[in-house]
Amino acid sequence: MDASLDLLLNALISGLLLGGFYAAVSIGVAISFGLLDVVNIAHPAFILLGSYVAFLGNTVLGIDPILSALIALPAVYFLGVLAYQVYYVAFERRDDQSLRGLSFFFGLLFITEVGLVLVFGVDYRTVQARYIGATLNLGLFELPLRLLVPFLVSMLMVVALQIFLSRTFVGRAIQAVAQDQLALRLMAANPIKIKRIAFGLSIATASLAGAFLIIIQPVEPSIGREYIGRVFAICVLGGLGSFPGMVIAAMTLGIAESLTATFFGPSWAPAVAFGILLVTLAVRPSGILGR
Amino acid sequence: MASLADKTSLDGALPGLRGLPFVLLLIAVAAAIFAAGRWFGSSYAFFVGYVVLQYIVLGSAWNILGGYTGYVNFGVTAFFAIGAYSTVVLNKLMPALPLPVMILVGGVMAGLVGLGTGYLTLRLRGVFFSIATLALAVVVQTLITNWDFVGGARGAYVMRPKVAPLIGGEYVQYLFLIMLGLVVVVLATARAIERSALGYGFAAIRDDEAAAEASGVPTLRLKLIATGLSGGFMGMAGAPLPFYVTYLDPASGFSLNYAVNAIAMPLIGGTSSWLGPVIGAVLVGGLQEYLRVTISSAVNVLVAGVLMVAFVILAPQGIVGLFQRKKR
Repeated sequence: MDASLDLLLNALISGLLLGGFYAAVSIGVAISFGLLDVVNIAHPAFILLGSYVAFLGNTVLGIDPILSALIALPAVYFLGVLAYQVYYVAFERRDDQSLRGLSFFFGLLFITEVGLVLVFGVDYRTVQARYIGATLNLGLFELPLRLLVPFLVSMLMVVALQIFLSRTFVGRAIQAVAQDQLALRLMAANPIKIKRIAFGLSIATASLAGAFLIIIQPVEPSIGREYIGRVFAICVLGGLGSFPGMVIAAMTLGIAESLTATFFGPSWAPAVAFGILLVTLAVRPSGILGR
Repeated sequence: MASLADKTSLDGALPGLRGLPFVLLLIAVAAAIFAAGRWFGSSYAFFVGYVVLQYIVLGSAWNILGGYTGYVNFGVTAFFAIGAYSTVVLNKLMPALPLPVMILVGGVMAGLVGLGTGYLTLRLRGVFFSIATLALAVVVQTLITNWDFVGGARGAYVMRPKVAPLIGGEYVQYLFLIMLGLVVVVLATARAIERSALGYGFAAIRDDEAAAEASGVPTLRLKLIATGLSGGFMGMAGAPLPFYVTYLDPASGFSLNYAVNAIAMPLIGGTSSWLGPVIGAVLVGGLQEYLRVTISSAVNVLVAGVLMVAFVILAPQGIVGLFQRKKR
């Protein structure tokens, strides 16, 4: 009884921390899918790219994985800008987003995965940092710093982006762009340029999320796929485009997966996200905090 | 050849007499290909040919939903693996069951899963269906990995009979013949759909679903028909796989290559007609085999992805579209 309560409490705490990391993974899709209506199913591939950037920065230059992600941020941002430009010219302008636009991102996902296999091989890669092995003991439960640090930085990122979106002109324009492009034009803002910036930002968040990922678990090229279901489950459950909803959904999924892993075994955890996604789509497609 | 004849009579009924010459032509071409293979007599050719045929079935199956109605199914591996694993299960329970029956069962199982997924998600915008299918691939893999009866994560061994039933010779010839039969069935079905009221309904959904709905097209029912057929054929394509590879584990059965190839081949060949997936499968499948032999297997995997991205950007109508434009 006592032992299982202890188990439950630890599962809840680690689920909550995991949820914070999931928020970082999903916020990029909350921007691209939720605000821009660009269904970027290749987002997990960009996250994995971020993981390997952190891995390179850590092993070659010996710097902290999160710091190397921050250094790479501008480059990743421009990668996102470039990806959107191709997407816009080839699909959005031709109004061909659904079939070929989706296939384009699916192709990117696959090419990135195979490319990473060719460069880094299929071995699991890890990073070194002082906080990875340590835990914070709070008597009743333990907080692994490996989860706590990504959780804190992730929450910081979500709050910063929320402030940027609601307080600045560009941020408000990003929120407006999917709703009324003409109104945006009348405000002397170019909708395409706004979308380019927003998509660049969404990919830039993948760089940080990738660093978190490789801190939390060893990484190999194909694990990105597991995150597709998770990311979209979180975004749909949270109500597309709503950051608070997304954070709640990410925590919910984190806790549900952590409980599943504790009581049914970790190999069942990937199925949780799909269950949540299907139920949400069938019962309440607008999500918990949907408009 | 008895199994072949059964399937054609079943198919001839579907398009009525108008489709009959086409079906007869398909059978003639298939028979010629098989006869040529027998005359050539190399088991390597049969092994390579099987893969290309399998991709014709997979690509055409994907195209029935993706190309005709515009709904993108990324979960090809889920349906394919359901077919493959239903054969593993049947082979364990009733080893004496003939392969065509196993294929039928695998197809029905995969078709039912397609119907279920479609029923839950097809009422929403198309992207939600696509996302659900992506997640479906992960969840079916999780289920299979946790299912000890079919070997779990370790995988399952399947004994391939030494001699082919009915036709004699190596068993791979029998597999090749079966897959050839499936190609005839799937192509006849695809062409029949294109020329029937069903096909016009599908096209109406693809071009403007709201307008189709408003003018009385039963969109949800049509989409479910497409999803069930498409998923069913994918399952059928996967059902003979255990006998082809003789060892099946979740990592290889759910390899992303199947999904990428099944989507890339119709997009490269052209999604508007039954011919597109055939052209795509023969070209890309052939190229991949060539690269696998000459360079490496990692590069051959990359080809389909790169070609797909190049084609959707530069030639959205595929190879068939390039020729159609020239004709006009």
